[in-house]
Amino acid sequence: MKATVYIPQDSGALSLGAEAVANAVQAEARKRGQELQLIRNGSRGMYWLEPLVEVVTAAGRVAYGPVSPPDVPSLFEAGLLEGANHLLHLGLTEEIPYFRNQERMTSARVGVIDPTSLEDYCAHEGFRGLRNTLSLSGEQIIKELIESGLRGRGGAAFPTGIKWKTAFDTPSEQKYVVCNADEGDSGTFSDRMIMEGDPFILIEGMIIAGLAINASQGYIYLRSEYPHALRVLNLAIEKAYEAGYLGEDVLGSGRKFDLEVRRGAGAYICGEETALLESLEGKRGMIRYRPPLPAVVGLFGKPTIINNVITLASVPIIFDKGAAFYKNYGVGRSRGTLPFQLAGNIKRGGLVEKSFGLTLRELLYDFGGGSFTGRPIRAVQIGGPLGAYLPESQFDVPLDYEAFSGIQAMLGHGGVVAFDDTVDMAKMARFAMEFCAVESCGKCTPCRIGSTRGVEVIDKIIQNRNRNANLHLLRDLCDIMVNGSLCGLGGLIPNPVLSAMKHFPGDFGIKDVEKFSLA
Amino acid sequence: MTVGSSEDIASIVKALKQKPGALLPILHGIQEELGYVPSEAIPIVASELNLTRAEVHGVVSFYHDFRSKPSGKHVVKICQAESCQAMGSVELTTFAKEKLGVDFHETTKDEVFSLEPVYCLGNCACSPAVMVDEEVFGRVTPQCFQKILQEVMGQPE
Repeated sequence: MKATVYIPQDSGALSLGAEAVANAVQAEARKRGQELQLIRNGSRGMYWLEPLVEVVTAAGRVAYGPVSPPDVPSLFEAGLLEGANHLLHLGLTEEIPYFRNQERMTSARVGVIDPTSLEDYCAHEGFRGLRNTLSLSGEQIIKELIESGLRGRGGAAFPTGIKWKTAFDTPSEQKYVVCNADEGDSGTFSDRMIMEGDPFILIEGMIIAGLAINASQGYIYLRSEYPHALRVLNLAIEKAYEAGYLGEDVLGSGRKFDLEVRRGAGAYICGEETALLESLEGKRGMIRYRPPLPAVVGLFGKPTIINNVITLASVPIIFDKGAAFYKNYGVGRSRGTLPFQLAGNIKRGGLVEKSFGLTLRELLYDFGGGSFTGRPIRAVQIGGPLGAYLPESQFDVPLDYEAFSGIQAMLGHGGVVAFDDTVDMAKMARFAMEFCAVESCGKCTPCRIGSTRGVEVIDKIIQNRNRNANLHLLRDLCDIMVNGSLCGLGGLIPNPVLSAMKHFPGDFGIKDVEKFSLA
Repeated sequence: MTVGSSEDIASIVKALKQKPGALLPILHGIQEELGYVPSEAIPIVASELNLTRAEVHGVVSFYHDFRSKPSGKHVVKICQAESCQAMGSVELTTFAKEKLGVDFHETTKDEVFSLEPVYCLGNCACSPAVMVDEEVFGRVTPQCFQKILQEVMGQPE
């Protein structure tokens, strides 16, 4: 019997040599006259085990990893294709505790299926959500979505159903669905894993959005740093057109939905929804004043739903299994699951999809296994470059939107970046300002100029030049940026700066914490 | 810019100008064809899209990706974001700059490598990350970096 072997084509796995491993496996099989079917899947999200090679056995898929090309002959010798024992043998993939202890809903198919096979997608419950919505009216779709409690996974956590309803209620001949795939936050890669590992789920979510608000055109605004995702998405879209999921007549419903990927050009600010729309229109990615909201006046002035990849990819399961099923996961007002991403100085980095409500400590230690370097984890940044730095004393706060805003932090896109005790938090605060200066669109003065002044002031603090006065000045500057910036870049960049000062005052040379009223 | 390229530019613009919001796809098209967006392209694009030259220039200069000068044969991007910093990207960057003898946004004298900063490659579980042309590398130590450069240089044309 022909053996089936899975080796990821996910760019994270490729970055660790998956391509060479795939070549070596095929060459070795040929040499031994053994027939095999090689499937290039997405990543299971256990990056410390990549390149991960999986073999289909009667008991399930058996994993080996991390595999490098020189291991391949000995793997075959041991009986790789039968799932036999070897030094790199990890047992059944789905029994690896890191994987087993997750609640994979949005990312359920990532790493499991062949990403560009429509048959594989459909065999794994794909397009069932879409089929269920075909018989529903726009109002019914939106009602179900509101009922599910889904909130925007891009960072702002705005109720998705309400956003859709606003676009639905705004009369217009032409409406748009835009996917924000400009995943620019450091420490985040769940959008990329979805797009590379299960692109049809995003396409399905966007078609449902189109049906809900009666939009006939969708755009995926993809960051240019993701060339692999671009290839996979374009291939998947082509197949979806051929099979009649996209185009003039979606599954014979008489409804039209076209979808196109547009590439960004390396601007972090284009992850902000209004800057993204400007960029899609062919302009500089300068943010717009809100209101009007994009749901009322969006792309080319028309009502537009703009949602992040994970948000749209969470829609199909809601319509497949029902709002009640989805709502059953999570805590408080944070319903469902979030694919967290463990990154930075962490032993077992990767994707961990869990219901809201687990603690950071569980994520960092039970899943992550502590720091990569083996030193104590001193600080964690959650929610990308605009997220607060948390000290160890806050590792037990449950991961949900409200609990995090209670400690002046945000979950953002679910990226968790760990730092060990060698980190200098004053330098990290400086970097936040430096990053803001590089990426500011320039529309608001506090962000455009304040960020550069911020770098200078932090430099003076580090060099102990008039430190106390400069600490006060930095606080004032942060206040002005928070209150005087239109969007989240200038408005939130004080988060990492102030949280670093508050929780790690020693790194700034602050002796008398009270004096700076950093609470 | 060679004589042929203004025709190339015109044909790229013509092929894409009907798209709504065509400017970014056009600029990507030009850069893919020529390796950069030459200043000669700006009036051609502006007139075809009924924009001012200032507007087109404004867009080209806004986005980090668009170059107004040719790059080296290979573009090396080193991630500078927090996750990679937590795993030694600052040291890696210093090493790379010394090794190549250039700073960010510069090209080596032999025009083989251009060095650029990048803020996140989405490979944060395998930090620090480096991208050479369209290929991503993870857990890049200075030794790995040197090996990557050698491999890239050894590649057939």
